[in-house]
Amino acid sequence: MKYIDHQSVAANTKSRIAKNLVLKGVFFAATMFGLIVLAILLYRVITQGSGYLSVEFFLNFASRIPEQSGIKAAIVGSIYLMLVVAPVSIFLGVGTAIYLEEYAKKSKGSTFIKINISNLAGVPSVVFGLLGLTIFVRYFGLGISILAAGLTMSLLILPIIIVASQEAVRAVPKELREASYAMGATKWQTILRVVLPASIPGILTGSILALSRAIGETAPLVVLGIPTVLMFTPDGFLSTFTALPMQIYDWTLRPQVAFHHAAAAGIIVLMALLIFMNSIAVFIRNKYQKRW
Amino acid sequence: MSMTEPKGTVSVQELIAKKSNRGLLAFLDKWMPKILFAIAAVSVLTTIGILATLVVETYIFFTHVSVFEYIFGTEWYPFANSPSYGVLPLVVGTLKITGIAIAVAVPVGIGTAIYLSEYASERMRRIIKPVLEVLAGVPTIVYGFFALTFVTPILRSVFPEISIFNALSPGIVVGIMIIPMIASLSEDAMTSVPSSMREGAYALGATKFEVALKIVLPAAISGIVASTVLAISRAIGETMIVAVAAGSTPGFDWDMTGSIQTMTAYIVQATTGDAGYGTTNYYSIYAVGFTLFLFTLVMNMFAQYISKRFREEY
Repeated sequence: MKYIDHQSVAANTKSRIAKNLVLKGVFFAATMFGLIVLAILLYRVITQGSGYLSVEFFLNFASRIPEQSGIKAAIVGSIYLMLVVAPVSIFLGVGTAIYLEEYAKKSKGSTFIKINISNLAGVPSVVFGLLGLTIFVRYFGLGISILAAGLTMSLLILPIIIVASQEAVRAVPKELREASYAMGATKWQTILRVVLPASIPGILTGSILALSRAIGETAPLVVLGIPTVLMFTPDGFLSTFTALPMQIYDWTLRPQVAFHHAAAAGIIVLMALLIFMNSIAVFIRNKYQKRW
Repeated sequence: MSMTEPKGTVSVQELIAKKSNRGLLAFLDKWMPKILFAIAAVSVLTTIGILATLVVETYIFFTHVSVFEYIFGTEWYPFANSPSYGVLPLVVGTLKITGIAIAVAVPVGIGTAIYLSEYASERMRRIIKPVLEVLAGVPTIVYGFFALTFVTPILRSVFPEISIFNALSPGIVVGIMIIPMIASLSEDAMTSVPSSMREGAYALGATKFEVALKIVLPAAISGIVASTVLAISRAIGETMIVAVAAGSTPGFDWDMTGSIQTMTAYIVQATTGDAGYGTTNYYSIYAVGFTLFLFTLVMNMFAQYISKRFREEY
């Protein structure tokens, strides 16, 4: 007696295996799509922009003549901007993370703060620009300054830093804290001398990634009214400025192809900066992060 | 109970009490929680600031323009001599971009997630995932440049009727931008499906594709849908790509080949100097910003609801 019809099973299996193979190819193609687009994007930017990369490109101000245009004001402005964003956002982010992880009790208040942070992370950056324009530029009277833009950017990346720092603080094992308490340390001593040093690699990694988001962010700066063509570098944090992504934006909008090449050169600089920051973050993560 | 101490010994308590910085320590331990709470409150103040800003200025806008005209009006000509402020063309522009982006990103993103979680070897995954993260980290102005100087010319060489500024090109590029988001969040949801479930299906003779389609996808569906909704929210709020490549002519139609304007692009256009402080146009920026904020807020809360409500716990 035959319980299994081998022929029909074989026929059925064959088509199923074929289907599996075809769809594996489709899924692989989907995966490759993103990678190929990235490759094309980088290739285009490099071939268009590399001709404009020269020492003068870094030393010249923006100009009406594309060949003489440079990013001096933009790059100095971006550095100034980071000098505000980095301390403010890391201070606020780490403070919030420590409060939520170490002090906050499971109350409605702390749940509210957490929900608030995750919703804040979803607010479009252009809306943060409106906040900065109203509160920092007009209400606080900071004007279109590095400080106003820096504070706006700090609030924008705050949720990223908070979440990364929370994870880093949470990853410190309980035993370390308890050992510290057993030695007679107070709670704050424990946080300052045990928890924070142990979580610094995680905090730094998250912060650098957040800062690399801030350095490429354009929309809030446009909304704040940051100028694109400046013939001077800022002389203080209340000075007006321009930033690298603003300069790229301006050159992209111009109809002349030569300016597009200058924009591509600016993009190369921006992307190189991002890759540099990301490699530092990855380096810190790999070298210092402990698995407890 | 009283302690009797032998002569010549010191009590540890006294030693601790004598330590000079005890006062400072006690002070810090008392006040640090309060200081840190104040720092944590900044994120709440930010939300309040955003809401207050948007609500107050939008309220002033509605003393100039009727709410009905704003919500149901189909013409957005703020810079005309007799301006009209119907937001629907801007909303339609945003929906065009979002629709195209989702049409690109959902199949590619979920396909990528299935490949990474079900087919790829550990080594493959370790190479591909960081590259996708790079794709997610590309600044949006760079994508805008890419849309205008690469995707648009290609589209125009295939379909000559497309204008320089159109919905299609930035829509596709916004889609490319959100692929990593859908791929990585969906992959997380899929890899958290326990392998015992897959093995059960393999033991019954299922192929990898059948396991992916009939076991893993249904089990991870809440994470996949949540990732898609989050991606929609990102696409709605995306600014620079559309500001560069989509144009600035809001229209109440479904034409994908012509110049459009989204809510975000209008905010950019109006804040780039076309709207003087205190004018109706100035307040219109906030009304549009508020509308945009509500759209993304609803999407984000919807995503959180899905991932909570429909999560399968294993």
